[in-house]
Amino acid sequence: MHKSLVSITDYSKQEILSILESARDFEVNPNRKTLDGKVIATLFFEPSTRTRLSFETAVVRLGGSIIGFSDAATSSSSKGETLNDTIHMVSCYADAIVMRHPLEGAARYAAEVSPVPIINAGDGANQHPSQTLLDLYSILKTQGTLENLTICLVGDLKYGRTVHSLIQAMSHFNPSFKFIAPDELRLPDEYRVFCRRNGIPFTEASELNDNFNDADILYMTRVQKERFLDQIEYERVKNVYTLGNDMLSGSKPNLKSLHPLPRVNEISMDVDKNEKAYYFQQAQNGLYVRQAIVSKVLELID
Amino acid sequence: MEKELKVAALRNGTVIDHIPADKLFQVVSILQLKNTNYPITIGNNLESKHIGTKGIIKIADRILSEDETGKIALVAPNATINIIGEYKVIEKRPLVPADEVHDLVYCANPVCITNHQPVPTNFYVLKDNGHVKLKCRYCEREFLREEIKLKKK
Repeated sequence: MHKSLVSITDYSKQEILSILESARDFEVNPNRKTLDGKVIATLFFEPSTRTRLSFETAVVRLGGSIIGFSDAATSSSSKGETLNDTIHMVSCYADAIVMRHPLEGAARYAAEVSPVPIINAGDGANQHPSQTLLDLYSILKTQGTLENLTICLVGDLKYGRTVHSLIQAMSHFNPSFKFIAPDELRLPDEYRVFCRRNGIPFTEASELNDNFNDADILYMTRVQKERFLDQIEYERVKNVYTLGNDMLSGSKPNLKSLHPLPRVNEISMDVDKNEKAYYFQQAQNGLYVRQAIVSKVLELID
Repeated sequence: MEKELKVAALRNGTVIDHIPADKLFQVVSILQLKNTNYPITIGNNLESKHIGTKGIIKIADRILSEDETGKIALVAPNATINIIGEYKVIEKRPLVPADEVHDLVYCANPVCITNHQPVPTNFYVLKDNGHVKLKCRYCEREFLREEIKLKKK
């Protein structure tokens, strides 16, 4: 049975740590020939230039080749082909498939029917495990550990899949959470239940201000206009949830601010020069983490 | 006495009693009684001391499997299931929800792959503080028992 990566919950604590360890190794030397002769398909049923380029760069720098499509409009699915058939067809050509799909659960289904490993590059609002692993790698790299950290999650905690996956992944490492969200975008009940059941302490607030002064990680997410019925409420929330450089003055010296990008208004440009801003390095870390993920599903590393 | 007039006694088979009246036809659907050749008696809107109005199903000469009772437990957790042999109750079957349900219900998430492609649904049944929840194997969303809709067979 091949090993796909569909959901962050597919990986044990040990597997997460070993991915992060090999990511560190790839960071030292990202250009190798370990995927020489391998073909990796990137099937993007919805566009995501950032994620696709990151995966494709990861493969190409390891000497592998890429086939695929970047938009469903140019693929056979626009002619009504089922996902099952597309996966079977592509698996005749490729050694592994990186897939982004707008429907939730598409990746799990693909992994069940595919003869080759599937890497989920996002299935609707459900899972995006390579994002979660690069978040963990960024936390590990900046804090030196994943254990016993206080993580402040800000913005759209209701629909933000990166937030939900990060909570699940961090649960292995004895974290404390601060959840800061407007009432409309509060963390869903099932994740509060998840924290309680796993003995994870958390607090909730609806204003950003300096509510993160005791945090080690400030994880900002995008507050999307579409999520609000009331546009006046959106305008209010948008401004309250913008991180400005002056707001960081009372924070811990080791604090780093992460953001899955793209950002819109959540972090003002004047934060970029602050050494506590880490979101661009975070994106770069994605390359090494994805090199580790591709290598793992192809069983080139443990 | 009046009860016996309404529904004939069963010699061998299964009696499912105390089904909430609004769930009767869901149980009929789960057991696929539309297509059965066994003699069946179905009653509904009968008076019940416990639940107001109830439904009852008697199936002659057939004993339900645990898989079937596990599915009934999802829609009518307080029904009673008695296995009858020679006019006597020989087994009271406890209604324990199945651990997994395969292609029985629709996923309540409109953007789940199972609602858009020919993918059979699969749910894990979670028991949480007396609440029964179903977790979709594909989209990973959780739903309360009350939110789910049976597939039409």
